Amino acid sequence: MSKKTIIPFGPQHPVLPEPIHLDLVLEDETVVDAIPSIGFIHRGLESLVEKKDFNEMVYVAERVCGICSFMHGMGYCEAVEHLMEVEIPDRAKYLRTVWCEFSRLHSHLLWLGLLADGFGFEALFNEAWRIREKVLDMVELTTGGRLISSVNRVGGVLKDITPDMQKAMLDAVDKIEKELKPVANTFLNDYTVKSRLCGSGILSKEDAIALGACGPMMRASGIEVDMRKTGYAAYDNIDFDVITSNDCDGYARCQVRIGELFQSINIVRQAFAKMPEGEELSVKPKGNPNGEYLMRVEQPRGEAFYYVEGSGKKILDRFRVRTPTFANLAPLVHTLKGAPFADIPLLVLTIDPCISCTER
Amino acid sequence: MEDYGRNIVEITTDQLVIVASEERDKNHRLSQACASYVNDKYELLYTFSDGYEMTTYKLFVGLDEEVPSISRIFFPAFTYENEMKELFGVKIMGIVTDYNNKFYRIAKETPFLKKGDK
Repeated sequence: MSKKTIIPFGPQHPVLPEPIHLDLVLEDETVVDAIPSIGFIHRGLESLVEKKDFNEMVYVAERVCGICSFMHGMGYCEAVEHLMEVEIPDRAKYLRTVWCEFSRLHSHLLWLGLLADGFGFEALFNEAWRIREKVLDMVELTTGGRLISSVNRVGGVLKDITPDMQKAMLDAVDKIEKELKPVANTFLNDYTVKSRLCGSGILSKEDAIALGACGPMMRASGIEVDMRKTGYAAYDNIDFDVITSNDCDGYARCQVRIGELFQSINIVRQAFAKMPEGEELSVKPKGNPNGEYLMRVEQPRGEAFYYVEGSGKKILDRFRVRTPTFANLAPLVHTLKGAPFADIPLLVLTIDPCISCTER
Repeated sequence: MEDYGRNIVEITTDQLVIVASEERDKNHRLSQACASYVNDKYELLYTFSDGYEMTTYKLFVGLDEEVPSISRIFFPAFTYENEMKELFGVKIMGIVTDYNNKFYRIAKETPFLKKGDK
């Protein structure tokens, strides 16, 4: 038997935009075990619920993470709205759907860039992030912020998308779609990319269920689950299929995310086509939250949970968030076992780790 | 689609392993588990799902009460259980991969449990 060596991976590493640490147990060049540890940027945001009014907590929720900011704010609002049985205006539902899909676009493009950077394909990294800038420009135009948008409130949204902005967004998605096609083609067909991703980090359908995987990580193992199908925001009026792959490897995860990019563009077009006219963007909730509710939304990285509990006071008793990266830690450890040491950075990237979310 | 967000069932500590075994037999997924600190006790939530169907089990446990780990039934529970143990100080017994307070690299011990409560 070979001698075992423990190699620390992270918390600072070129492929990691945020800190996570892995102790990798190696036999020669093969990883036989991986021990993750987190907490380097732990902020304890959930505890702030004991001090903030339930309306103010929206701004705390959306600061759980910059990349997933809009959806964290929306997930929290949807949870409180369900708890208080508030029906938000239809236009607000569609506006949330549009911003959700722009969030997914910029998150997946960020990930594609990081992946390309991970295997040293810098031209592809530049292209992915250049396209992402267009997405962020549109988010800034409509919300005033590039990452932290602060447009959600309990009962609806705070800002409208004017006809001029709508035209700018639709023109932007046309351009993004056109520019994305050759980039997607390179990711899916280039020899370099395929040689690094195909057959690496296998997570079978059975393992994905047993290990509690979620999001693109789960869908790339052939499981057809996407929380948008539960019909929050305006998704119950949007026609879309859940994108899956049966290849179960790193390439399949890339394939699913690229499919979701084009799907998001399609959803934005549908949402604008179906969005009702109207001045009303929000309703004022009556009373204070009383009871408990567990809300699920489909973040770019997978299903996120928001648990809220109130007892009729302005301040909620409890607020808990379960983020997708936290759920994907156990599947990550599984995929690392048996992998060559050189593949570890890419395998870590294939779960699209968001450590800010995980640490909240 | 049915509103599963309200499908929250209260159970006792004794029932936890039984409930988890039943969920495993149905080939359900462990979607999340979390703890909250409520004055003199912990509130633990375990959510299991099958596609879009979801059931959440809630249990209240005392500060010194031992809670059995479900990581032998659902392996991914080890991350949630280590979190409950390290951030809140919940006494989870028999975690398959117990990090012994090294999962979260934080300076403060059980930061979500207020000083003097235990």
